[in-house]
Amino acid sequence: MQFEYWLDNFWSLTVGGLTQGAIYALVALGYTLVYGVLRLINFAHSEVFMIGTFAVPIAWTAIGYGRDAHPSGLGSVVLLFAVGLIAAALASAATAMLVERVAYRPLRPKNPPSLIFLITAIGASVVLSEAVGLLVKRKPMGAMTLIQPKEVFTIFGTSVDNVQLLVVGAAIGMMLLLDQFINRTRAGRGVRAVAQNPDAAALMGVNRDRIILMIFMLGGIMAGGAALLYMIKVGSTKYDAGFLLGVKAFAAAVLGGIGNLRGALLGGLLLGVVENWGAGLIGDKWIDATAFVVLVVILMFRPTGLLGESLGRARA
Amino acid sequence: MTMSDTLLKVDNVTLRFGGVTALDGVDFEVRRGEILGLIGPNGAGKTTCFNVMTGVFKPTAGEVTFDGERVSGRAKYAITRLGIARTFQNIRLFPEMTALENVLVGTDARHKTSVVGALFRLPRVKAEAHTLPESGWRRTFALTFGVSRHIAEERAARAKALDLLSFVGIEGHADAQAKNLSYGDQRRLEIARALATEPKLLCLDEPAAGFNPAEKARLLELIRKIRDLGLTVLLIEHDMRLVMGVTDRLVVLEFGKKIAEGSPAEVRENPKVIAAYLGVPQDAA
Repeated sequence: MQFEYWLDNFWSLTVGGLTQGAIYALVALGYTLVYGVLRLINFAHSEVFMIGTFAVPIAWTAIGYGRDAHPSGLGSVVLLFAVGLIAAALASAATAMLVERVAYRPLRPKNPPSLIFLITAIGASVVLSEAVGLLVKRKPMGAMTLIQPKEVFTIFGTSVDNVQLLVVGAAIGMMLLLDQFINRTRAGRGVRAVAQNPDAAALMGVNRDRIILMIFMLGGIMAGGAALLYMIKVGSTKYDAGFLLGVKAFAAAVLGGIGNLRGALLGGLLLGVVENWGAGLIGDKWIDATAFVVLVVILMFRPTGLLGESLGRARA
Repeated sequence: MTMSDTLLKVDNVTLRFGGVTALDGVDFEVRRGEILGLIGPNGAGKTTCFNVMTGVFKPTAGEVTFDGERVSGRAKYAITRLGIARTFQNIRLFPEMTALENVLVGTDARHKTSVVGALFRLPRVKAEAHTLPESGWRRTFALTFGVSRHIAEERAARAKALDLLSFVGIEGHADAQAKNLSYGDQRRLEIARALATEPKLLCLDEPAAGFNPAEKARLLELIRKIRDLGLTVLLIEHDMRLVMGVTDRLVVLEFGKKIAEGSPAEVRENPKVIAAYLGVPQDAA
């Protein structure tokens, strides 16, 4: 135990944890959306994220900003951010929709036990990560530094830089947009209808397959956003980069209450902060262990997660 | 009989689950503009018959046609869009949505704007002046460029949903969550939601279940009002007295077979029906 170290660095550990947690939260939304509507844990979602991370440097290189490029000026940074976001969101959404069409939809009319979906989910996950692994010869891929970290302000003696602010701000912004979409639009109404009562929704003229495809698309877009933020923060990705992050994001979704959009946000931020505290308190190599121990402990006392499993009510 | 008199035709429908025959050669039609009662003792296959008509089950043999179109084999949502709507014996609302939103889901069945159209607010349609704010840039903008079809549809849908809520008599609870409504109001909300899909045929599955006599009387009045809108109503009920008062014709099922069909007066006199309801063996009756 390094209690004093933890206390001295409390705020910097917290800020760092919030940044990481914002990325967990964005990925967690994909798990929660799909679970809310289908009661299915889409284990291939980690690969949806991973493919998004590859799309970012590929898109930047394609428009002339390779690894060593140094974008200058606010205009080009904003433009590159937009290009990265669109590329990652397209790649991730396309992957998510492909998984739904190939791995899940053909099974659905046969109404198999949910274990079968879990197996195809794991299968899809392995196929995707190995396929990307083959394509890039299992080498990491780096992206240019879009934003040089620079201190913006200090809080309790800890400096907060622009990258951290951007990551947390962008993640929360995307979540607010999703929340509005689900709660305010007609398509969102269809999503909630299918989540709350699929049979009644179908008999009210809601096309369930279309809603499900849209759910995967939305989850993919959020994962794409996470992928861009991850590339800005970390700068490099690998074919298996989705695995641990995916498991943590899933843990975050469960922690907050799976099926519950706000739970994904809370669970993600909390998991990021707590695991960083654990790393500070016990040592860096305990970071992952802390995350999962916290998950187990919380589920012992609140088996439906912190905000409660809204079991398909996608209450947001 | 000409084509146009028949709205829905159940043509020799048989449905088997494994070894159990739930429906056995059931054959009847629903005529445009009538209130048809589908009655029979518990377990006679009334709800099953409903489920075949609304696409929940695919018949083993025979077929259902609606307005000249084949129903069997279509997706459930597509059948709704053909013009068949239903309520459920056990209430199936969207519990976490408001009453208004529940009805809006029904109206969505008739909307044309796609998600992409809604996002980009295209295509645009001419603005109807009375739906716009009194003054300000929004009004000027809408009058110049029109409003997006999505917005126009949303506004129309809200107005229609509110109308339907007052039609069934629960307009005061528009913003209450469906799960918090009283039992009777939930049943009424189900009817409003079904009407929102703009059906030609409304199927009500035991709408009076659990109602006291006063509520039953109000429900009968509502059913007549629905018919007066020009809709055809199919009513499942096992309370004989209720159906006698409101239906034009009756079809009686027992053990998955049709045992009688005709006006309430005819059916009431039918010995097979009396036997089925009183539980007397047929040969003794």
